[in-house]
Amino acid sequence: MTGSKTGIHRETRMTRYLTTTALALSMIGGAAMAEPVKVGMITTLSGGGASLGIDTRDGFMLAVEEAGNPELEVVIEDDQQKPEIAVQLSDKMIQSEDVDVLTGIVWSNLAMAVVPGATRQGKFYLSTNAAPSQLAGKGCHENYFSVSYQNDNLHEAAGAYATNEGFGTMFIMAPNYPAGQDSLSGFKRFYEGEVASEVYTQLGQTDYAAEIAQIRDSGADGLFFFLPGGMGISFMKQWAEAGIDMPVVGPAFSFSQDILPAIGDAAIGVKNTAQWSKDIDNEANAHFVEAFEAKYDRLPSLYAAQGYDTARLLLSAMETADIADADAFREALRAADFDSVRGDFAFGPNQHPVQDIYVREVISEDGTLTNKIVATAMEDRGDAYAEECSM
Amino acid sequence: MSAAEITAAPTGRGGRMARAQIVNAALALGLIGFGVGAWAMGETFLVTLATKVAILAIAGAGLNLVLGFGGLVSFGHAAYFGLGGYTAGILAHHALNYTPMFEWPVLFEGTTSMPVIWLVAMAVGALAAAVIGALSLRTTGVYFIMITLAFGQMIFYFAISWPAYGGEDGLPIYVRNGFPGLNTLDPIQFFGLVVALLLAVLGLIAMLARSRFGLALQAARQNRQRLMAVGIRPGGVLLVAFVISGAITALAGALYADLNRFVSPSMLSWHLSGELLVFLILGGTGRLFAPLAGAGLYIALEHLLGGVSDHWQFFFGLLLLGVVLFARGGVIGFLAGGRKHG
Amino acid sequence: MSMLLLIEQLLNGLQSGLMLFLMAAGLTLVFGVMGLINLAHGSLYMVGAFACAGVAAATGSFWLGLAASIAAAAAAGAIVEVAVIRRLYARDHLDQVLATFALILIFSEGTRWLYGSFPLYLNVPPSLSGSVTLPGGIQYSLFRLAIIGAGLAVAVGLFLLIGKTRIGVQVRAGEADREMIAALGVDIGRLYTLVFALGAALAGMAGALVGTIQSVQVGMGEPVLILAFVVIVIGGIGSIKGALVGALLVGLTDTMGRVLLPSIFDLFMETSAATSVGAALASMAIYILMALVLIVKPGGLFGARA
Repeated sequence: MTGSKTGIHRETRMTRYLTTTALALSMIGGAAMAEPVKVGMITTLSGGGASLGIDTRDGFMLAVEEAGNPELEVVIEDDQQKPEIAVQLSDKMIQSEDVDVLTGIVWSNLAMAVVPGATRQGKFYLSTNAAPSQLAGKGCHENYFSVSYQNDNLHEAAGAYATNEGFGTMFIMAPNYPAGQDSLSGFKRFYEGEVASEVYTQLGQTDYAAEIAQIRDSGADGLFFFLPGGMGISFMKQWAEAGIDMPVVGPAFSFSQDILPAIGDAAIGVKNTAQWSKDIDNEANAHFVEAFEAKYDRLPSLYAAQGYDTARLLLSAMETADIADADAFREALRAADFDSVRGDFAFGPNQHPVQDIYVREVISEDGTLTNKIVATAMEDRGDAYAEECSM
Repeated sequence: MSAAEITAAPTGRGGRMARAQIVNAALALGLIGFGVGAWAMGETFLVTLATKVAILAIAGAGLNLVLGFGGLVSFGHAAYFGLGGYTAGILAHHALNYTPMFEWPVLFEGTTSMPVIWLVAMAVGALAAAVIGALSLRTTGVYFIMITLAFGQMIFYFAISWPAYGGEDGLPIYVRNGFPGLNTLDPIQFFGLVVALLLAVLGLIAMLARSRFGLALQAARQNRQRLMAVGIRPGGVLLVAFVISGAITALAGALYADLNRFVSPSMLSWHLSGELLVFLILGGTGRLFAPLAGAGLYIALEHLLGGVSDHWQFFFGLLLLGVVLFARGGVIGFLAGGRKHG
Repeated sequence: MSMLLLIEQLLNGLQSGLMLFLMAAGLTLVFGVMGLINLAHGSLYMVGAFACAGVAAATGSFWLGLAASIAAAAAAGAIVEVAVIRRLYARDHLDQVLATFALILIFSEGTRWLYGSFPLYLNVPPSLSGSVTLPGGIQYSLFRLAIIGAGLAVAVGLFLLIGKTRIGVQVRAGEADREMIAALGVDIGRLYTLVFALGAALAGMAGALVGTIQSVQVGMGEPVLILAFVVIVIGGIGSIKGALVGALLVGLTDTMGRVLLPSIFDLFMETSAATSVGAALASMAIYILMALVLIVKPGGLFGARA
């Protein structure tokens, strides 16, 4: 299983690791004696989107620390949510620090800037969040795995939910940028009613008075919106002020644990779709939620769960394969032999998840806002682009 | 302020002039030495940084032509920088994805050849500068600053909301475009290419400065009436300078896109327009090598201060304020001495 | 589109226009009286918003927060004027642009240092929360209505101040001939500080009011600053009347453009394409407006000098 080219080099490094880490290795038991794996995590740790990156990192590192595998080294850098910084960091990690695996990018545009280059240079990329359609379809790559979802999934689930609830007309709204356009087309893919109106807002817009007036005027049965980050918070506060009695549904991003406190009670009752929730009933999830809260003194968010699962997937592959043998390591990743906090988890043909997607409702639990699962929107959902992927 | 220095420097009569030339040569050699040295030590990331300095210096040189000579404070040069970047990105995007860019009158599938991309980028930059310049040069002073800013913002918002080429997400170039005979993915070879272009651009500007056009441009800044009296339309001279400036800055944008292998609307943002102005004042307004000195200092501070504190911009702001208020000669003025009054 | 919706959107445009006026008034006064182009005006807007958020969080009172925002921004303005801006009056516009660009970096990064990057959110005071029904059956947010009222009141107050008071006479004299008012025995230094602090206070108040509806975060002043520049260039730099007309034009163009352009394109395009093309054009609408105005009148609508 070892590439002969690296054999000698590997042995000398091996000896060094064996002497220094004998104790630790004996604790793990059964771990393959393999090349150490160096992971480069590029994520957003400063700026307005920092809470997403911080949760990703904390979830990932929780799993790394729990495993205590000395063969795994993680380098973490802040991309400031800027694509050019992310590209610089990936150059640095690949050229200077010689990492084997990259991970951690939160935003699709940053992923599109980094992932194609990294995978073409033979590095693995495990996505903890962003999974743009380009990388799922024609641009899929054998070294690219999305551990979170495909970007359209949560929007599709919202469309399916609106159909199941019998909403005859929906007002749908997203920012005017690629992820926003994908969001509305994802929603429409599974929504069978009539779209009352389709509105694109400006990215970074903070005042929604004009849109709220249109929504009120439309008389639709429900509102679907995708406004990530601060946009969603501003919108929800203004929405509550306007006092319109209309059911609201959206993807989990605007209602994840890291954002709920900022929206406040205005969020209560909103339905949102996600592939994870802290009340999913399985052993791995119960342990994760408890351990995360104990370590960081806050409830985990979707991003933390995705980071945790990504690290656990990587660790599971390290158990059975050697990173020096890329084909074997890839097979080990593809097997996804770990207990996901989501319950059932498998990779589809384009190495994106096949999983259940739930509908959650925002509730107040002992004075803390959080989410509770109220329905399953889609079961064993893959994605719409797998067919275009030839791998 | 010191177009005079650019014009007079090559004649090199006074000791002060000679000193300025020594500083210029030291700056150029310093950049090359840093890049090559970093490469020799295997620090490819530092080579990339040096390349970034050279590219930003080209962009600054474009701005310097209108600011240093013509006295036009353009607060929208990010527009040409970004347009150059998008030209590179869009041409490469079509070539890499095998999607024809247009089929009529001839089939054109984009290109990944740097020389072609540069020419197209410069043409696009020149065209945009011609249109924006023709409208903006109707105004002067603070109105000119504001209208160039507004045109920059217009293109910025267009790039953000036009979905065909990625909008806000930007446009990745998976593989750096090629140059005949070179492996551009090799950091040191790309660095060499960029430095050669930087020196060519600076040479061109020095040559322009000595020409009849350069003198007319300088005169246009100082006294429009007098220029008209000798039968030259200052508007025409300024517009030509603006167009050349736009083309040079667009070339830098195309290189920047290749450096990052990525183009996004942030290349068009007004912050970048401001940073280009900052390079010039840090370097020493109107000096031929000001953009290189300024860009070098800026990138060096970003990485040195950035390593010490996340809030490096706070200290950078204080430094910039100090330079503007008390040290108007900038780096070169400090090193070469003597403040030039045009 | 129904008549009611149209009127509601006009109100929205009026509201955003009036907030822009509060920003633009200070900018245009400072340029008119001192000949200074101040990029850091957006930072004063941000200071006001953060002061309001900080005090409102500490005391639980929005009104104390609002008062604090005006006081803090005025104080910050006065300090900046004395420490930095004063040295720039005699300089060229390039130096003014760069020095105030440096001030933006200092203010933004300093605020990030103190408060972090995550946005703060204010709550609308209980007495102004919810919505009211206007004559004709329009439901409209009470707080936004209050903002419109406050904006109009400030506009009237400002016109009275400039038109009827001694300070106003000095300001107008300063606009007409800077050397002249020194000869009249006016303490120019004090007058300049006062004008700058007044502009800052208006910006801070706008920051607090808008921040309450939207969010309070580092960098919030920059988009507004650029809009305010567009406003004063359209209106004519130095003219308060121009600032008011320009602000209302920009506010209405922006709001109505966002609402109307997609539906206009919908008439002859496929819906998805129409909404995205319409939104793209809407985001450029005010800059197109500005270019048009400058082509017809290079000095702005009410510009005294070009």
